[in-house]
Amino acid sequence: MSTPTKEAAEPASKIDMKESGGGGEVPSFDVTLQVRRYDPEFSDEARWDEWTVTMYGTDRVLDALHKVKWEIDGSLTFRRSCAHGVCGSDAMRINGRNRLACKVLLKDLDLSKPVLVEPIKGLPVEKDLIVDMEPFFQSYREIMPFMVNNSPAPTGERIQSPEERERFDDTTKCILCAACTSSCPVFWTDGQYFGPAAIVNAHRFIFDSRDDAGDMRLEVLNDKEGVWRCRTTFNCTDACPRGIEVTKAIQEVKRAVLSRSM
Amino acid sequence: MTTTKSDALLPAQGIEAPRSGRIDPKYLRSGSSKSGSFEMAAWVFMRVSGAALVVLIFVHLTVNLLVGEGIHQIDFGFVAGKWANPVWQFWDLTMLWLAMLHGGNGMRTIINDYAEKDSTRMWLKSILYLSVIVIIVLGTMVIFTFEPCLLDGSGQLLESSPSFCQNV
Ligand code: HEM
Ligand code: SF4
Ligand code: FES
Repeated sequence: MSTPTKEAAEPASKIDMKESGGGGEVPSFDVTLQVRRYDPEFSDEARWDEWTVTMYGTDRVLDALHKVKWEIDGSLTFRRSCAHGVCGSDAMRINGRNRLACKVLLKDLDLSKPVLVEPIKGLPVEKDLIVDMEPFFQSYREIMPFMVNNSPAPTGERIQSPEERERFDDTTKCILCAACTSSCPVFWTDGQYFGPAAIVNAHRFIFDSRDDAGDMRLEVLNDKEGVWRCRTTFNCTDACPRGIEVTKAIQEVKRAVLSRSM
Repeated sequence: MTTTKSDALLPAQGIEAPRSGRIDPKYLRSGSSKSGSFEMAAWVFMRVSGAALVVLIFVHLTVNLLVGEGIHQIDFGFVAGKWANPVWQFWDLTMLWLAMLHGGNGMRTIINDYAEKDSTRMWLKSILYLSVIVIIVLGTMVIFTFEPCLLDGSGQLLESSPSFCQNV
């Protein structure tokens, strides 16, 4: 057995790096965080807490919250899982806008003023930045967010053309973070409105050629608290971290309800 | 065991959500779903009446404020002259009804969106509906019963009557 001719040893890194390493130092700066705190075990009143921390140009609001929690005040409470915009746990109001804390770079904010962090609105606050998502999922469940197909299962997959798949592509991206629903002024008032997220997820099945329950979902959303409560304010589209055109999806469902009843 | 169709579709029905019961009910959808056909009709009406109002209002503004002597022509006689013509009677009547129903429904929406308590909502809507009815009824009566050439007790035209009354 012949040994293969000896190759030149691979470099430790395939990227050609200079001796000093990296593209220079990441700039650091001071950030003042103002966080809305609420702890029902101590007080029924919410309050503001403020901390100033040194952060880097690559850091996000989530990193600043971590720094506070890990190094200054361990009682600060918030949800996060993936920390990379996938799980939808850390929707919060940052400077008055609903965002995922893990997707907002500090350097993109106006740091001459404190960064305001509050829980999302319209859902019951449990502690600090954690809200109870149950009312949000209640309306999500009501629109039947699962495939319904009454024809016998084929031996292979249910075939769909690229065009048919494209029809509902946008609304498949939802991660159920509730940023949209809790940015909607109609939802804030009494929480009776189904809310953008439920409609987005109904849209995902209504316009899926493989699904047979579109009519039932349209019926559910042709409710007194359904699609007709939408005032087209575009808060939801602005809030969505997945860039879903939420308001457009709602409008398409409105049209579908309308043409179904005519 | 037989399952009805809706049982099959909604497997979770009847099972309580894990943490239900300890959430303030004001946050939960009350679930008594009411048909939204009225809301759908209202939604369509806002768009149709809005489109009609564009034409009605801009012709109204043009004829009253731009054509002829413009803003200086408007007086009692000008209005009386318009309402002597059935076309303008009909025009103003349509504009009155559409604007009041459109504006009234718009205000109803705003009340629904912003009133937090059911009682506040009920009061505001009662006042709204009452004022819409009063204005529509009064306006309609004025358009149809308007009499520009009033006579005094002795059968003479009142001095304030517009000039065209001499020819009637
Ligand atoms: C000039 C032509 C007009 C057009 C094209 C128009 C169109 C519309 C439309 C499409 C809506 C529904 C908005 C929604 O559902 O979110 C609306 C709402 C409304 N309109 Fe009009 N409208 C007109 C004139 C008027 C007039 C004359 C009034 C007052 C008498 C009025 C009062 C309202 C109010 C109070 C609302 C509710 C506001 C809201 O829902 O945000 N509009 N209009
Ligand atoms: S539509 Fe966007 S904002 Fe709304 S829940 Fe889904 S991912 Fe979040
Ligand atoms: S932590 Fe998962 S989306 Fe932000």
